[in-house]
Amino acid sequence: MEGTQPVADALRIESIHKSFGSFVALKSIDLAIHPGELVCFLGPSGCGKTTLLRIIAGLESQTAGRVIQNGRDVSNAPPAARDYGIVFQSYALFPNLTIKDNVAYGLVNRRRDRAAIDARVAELLKLVGLPTEGPKYPGQLSGGQQQRIALARALATAPSLLLLDEPLSALDAKERDRLRGEIRQLQRRLKVTTIMVTHDQEEALSMADRVVVMNHGAIEQIGTPLEVYERPATPFVADFLGKVNVLKATCVGGGRYRVGSREIATGANGMATGDAVRLYLRPEDRILADSGPVETMPNAQSGIVRNVDFLGTYCLASLDVDGFDGQRMLVYFSLNQTLELGVREGARVAFALRPERVRVFAA
Amino acid sequence: MSGTLAAGPAPVASRRLALAGEALAARGGLVLVAVALFVFLTAPLAALLIRAIQDKGGAYVGLANFVQYFASPAFSRSAGNTLTFALVTTFLTVPLAFAFAYAIQRSCIRAKWLWRNIALVPILAPSLLAALSFIYLFGNQGVLKGVLPWFGLTTIYGLPGMVLSMTFSAFPHAVMILLASLSLSDARLYEAADSLATSEWRKFVTITLPGARYGIISAAMVVFTMAVSEFGVPKVIGANYSVLAIDIYKQVIGQQNFQIGAVVGLILLVPALVAFFVDHAVRVRQKALLSARSVPYVPKPAPVRDRLLLAFVLLMSAAMLAVIGMAVFGSFVKVWPYNLSFTLNHYTYGFEEAGVENAYRNSLTMAAWCALIGALLTFAGAYWLEKTRGADFVRPIVRLQAMLPMAIPGLVLGIGYILFFNHPANPLNVVYGTMGILVLSTIVHFYSSSHLTAVTALKQLDNEFESVSASLKVPFYKTFSRVTVPVCLPSIIDISRYYFVNAMTTISAVVFLYSPKTMLAAISIVQLDEAGAIGSAAAMATLIVATSGVVTLLSFAVEGWLLRRTQGWRRAAPTR
Ligand SMILES: Nc1ncnc2c1ncn2[C@@H]1O[C@H](COP(=O)(O)OP(=O)(O)OP(=O)(O)O)[C@@H](O)[C@H]1O
Ligand SMILES: [Mg+2]
Repeated sequence: MEGTQPVADALRIESIHKSFGSFVALKSIDLAIHPGELVCFLGPSGCGKTTLLRIIAGLESQTAGRVIQNGRDVSNAPPAARDYGIVFQSYALFPNLTIKDNVAYGLVNRRRDRAAIDARVAELLKLVGLPTEGPKYPGQLSGGQQQRIALARALATAPSLLLLDEPLSALDAKERDRLRGEIRQLQRRLKVTTIMVTHDQEEALSMADRVVVMNHGAIEQIGTPLEVYERPATPFVADFLGKVNVLKATCVGGGRYRVGSREIATGANGMATGDAVRLYLRPEDRILADSGPVETMPNAQSGIVRNVDFLGTYCLASLDVDGFDGQRMLVYFSLNQTLELGVREGARVAFALRPERVRVFAA
Repeated sequence: MSGTLAAGPAPVASRRLALAGEALAARGGLVLVAVALFVFLTAPLAALLIRAIQDKGGAYVGLANFVQYFASPAFSRSAGNTLTFALVTTFLTVPLAFAFAYAIQRSCIRAKWLWRNIALVPILAPSLLAALSFIYLFGNQGVLKGVLPWFGLTTIYGLPGMVLSMTFSAFPHAVMILLASLSLSDARLYEAADSLATSEWRKFVTITLPGARYGIISAAMVVFTMAVSEFGVPKVIGANYSVLAIDIYKQVIGQQNFQIGAVVGLILLVPALVAFFVDHAVRVRQKALLSARSVPYVPKPAPVRDRLLLAFVLLMSAAMLAVIGMAVFGSFVKVWPYNLSFTLNHYTYGFEEAGVENAYRNSLTMAAWCALIGALLTFAGAYWLEKTRGADFVRPIVRLQAMLPMAIPGLVLGIGYILFFNHPANPLNVVYGTMGILVLSTIVHFYSSSHLTAVTALKQLDNEFESVSASLKVPFYKTFSRVTVPVCLPSIIDISRYYFVNAMTTISAVVFLYSPKTMLAAISIVQLDEAGAIGSAAAMATLIVATSGVVTLLSFAVEGWLLRRTQGWRRAAPTR
């Protein structure tokens, strides 16, 4: 996919297929991961993210397909013959070994001398911000600290690939936020190719260089966080990432679609006139009166506020839009806009839809 | 990344070789476990099955042996007796055990740990000990013989003595199951009932009993199976009350009639298998009850109830200690009940006279081997089963075989062993008549519970330890010795103790397999009793209880020391 002279991929996955008995967990997965990038596998529970990660790790064997790491076919290699470090949701720290021994676990086996190992362990503990915890046992550390140690242990042998399976989901919200940033920084600094599995879209969007959105054992879309959010390739992706309005519409040609008695202009030309479609619009894909006279803009609408959800720094208003035949729309207002534009139940609000943002999918 | 040492891969060729070796060790170990279980469990049972459809000469005769045995008057009498014995024992033991467990889990009586431990004491004794004690108390020379008519009995020999002795032996097993079952309770159900002003009795009937029903069924099944396959108790106190277990013994040892012995063995297998599957089904359901998140019930003081239950618990504990105490006392007096002066003769001349002076030492040897090898094999087997990868088709076979011994009465296993290992064409027949076969049969006989203990301990460990090790290129056996074993050591000690105590007290399988040189203490009790040396029989029983008791206390001490030494990491250790 890289053209004539392909960039050496850190990892290539070719037509991976996995079934458990008659249940198909993964179907024809193709994926190339570039050196040094952080890729997130994102998808709902049970979509096969973990299975794919475990196949890459050699902990699960694929039913068909190949795994190629740094140009070497490791499809059938046992885990120990592959080159990666892994961190699990459960930390999996050895409870009876000290933090130091945990981090040194993979080093000791390589018959390095004691001083070199100690130096390396100290370096790693410093790297994850816990330089003085070496003599303690895992049970004496907090969840976030344990996860940092698990990360240090995985990085100790300087693997070329780091695999993280929901590393943050056992932590509380604050700790999760903090560690999110730390992992990202560390990964950038070490330039280690990283795959992280998560079902938390915020996590994926904030950390990843590229996001692989999965559903029902298949890849729905691969792209940068902005791409998958702004230009979802499938209704599933649009629905799964963030909030979205889905409007029933009919194609009237020229990238225009009729919703109820109104016509909406979009940048999407793919449909034939008369096709029944769905328009996907995020609550923030609108222009409000505070940035100009919206009545004269294309796709100008007006509606009555039926409900306002206050969500901290912003509000989501449910609008009964004129001419939409009762299809309600969620529209995003910042707190200031809410106040300035007088958004409250029963109020009338004018807004315009951004034509370039409207995604159109067949109904 | 820049490190003080770049972790370059080890030389490829040697690395690959090491990996191949590791995979072989992982898979080979599992296959080895499967083969061992097959040779020492499944094959002997198959031999039993085959023998049941052969005549004396080994020719196929279909169901002729069954027809012959079913037609004999001995069968209908023994089958009926066995059923009566097992049912009466079950109906006596389970309610008593339930009340006892209820007092511990659901009342506010004091010193619960003490009652709990006293209830478990019979596990340390061979079932024969109770039979001897009841003979001392109510037998022909019994001091309390006079009370028998109060209960409408003329003699303790036969069914009454068998039921009492069996109840003593089975009681701790039922109590353990019911304690576990009654510990699962949802306080919210009781609170809801209280808010509706429900009477205590109604709460008991509508909440407590239904909540414990699986435990009750499970306990009943365990007691029933124990009674059906019990050999020692009917032998010592059963008099003419014939049961299937005795029939087997007579057929096989008395008349060398292996084919009828095999037939009786298969008949014994039926109730045991039924009980096994009922119990299994029930346990699965109990687990489903357990998984619901519930608030544990904490009993509130209720003076009348607590006093009544305390009286009951005291009475039961006193009775159990009296049974043990009676045998111990009897072993130290010259002639019960006429000359109560102290003597050690039963322990010295008594053993010599009956030619069983080596029995105790043999039992110690065997129990030590069982504790050592048994714990090792069982734990390693469970580890291979649960934590290694590859050779997945073998796993269900191992799992099934590991649970099978629970459904196999010891007598049945014993006959299977004779038939399989005493077969002239079997190259393994060198073990026949040795200590080795006693150790092996005992390990197999008590494999299931030990296996379950090991599996439970292993399941508490994070499943990803092995994955992490593999990713760090540390071979699985290193993680096994550095992490798995140290973390599971308390459970391994439990398994060891379980094997030791059972090896000391068991009779049923080994009674077919011992030779004069390998006579065991528990078996010698039967022999001493038959020779009329009841004092020496009691002495041997006392030695067994004392040894099991000391070893149990020792193992607790070791575990306590271990826990204290490792509490640095055990206290808040994350397990999952
Ligand atoms: N060993 C197995 N045997 C049978 N089915 C399995 C096995 N492992 C996974 N599955 C099934 O495969 C599907 C994908 O599982 P996987 O663990 O990869 O999901 P996931 O995307 O990681 O979900 P989650 O977010 O819940 O972790 C699930 O439906 C799961 O039930
Ligand atoms: Mg998962």
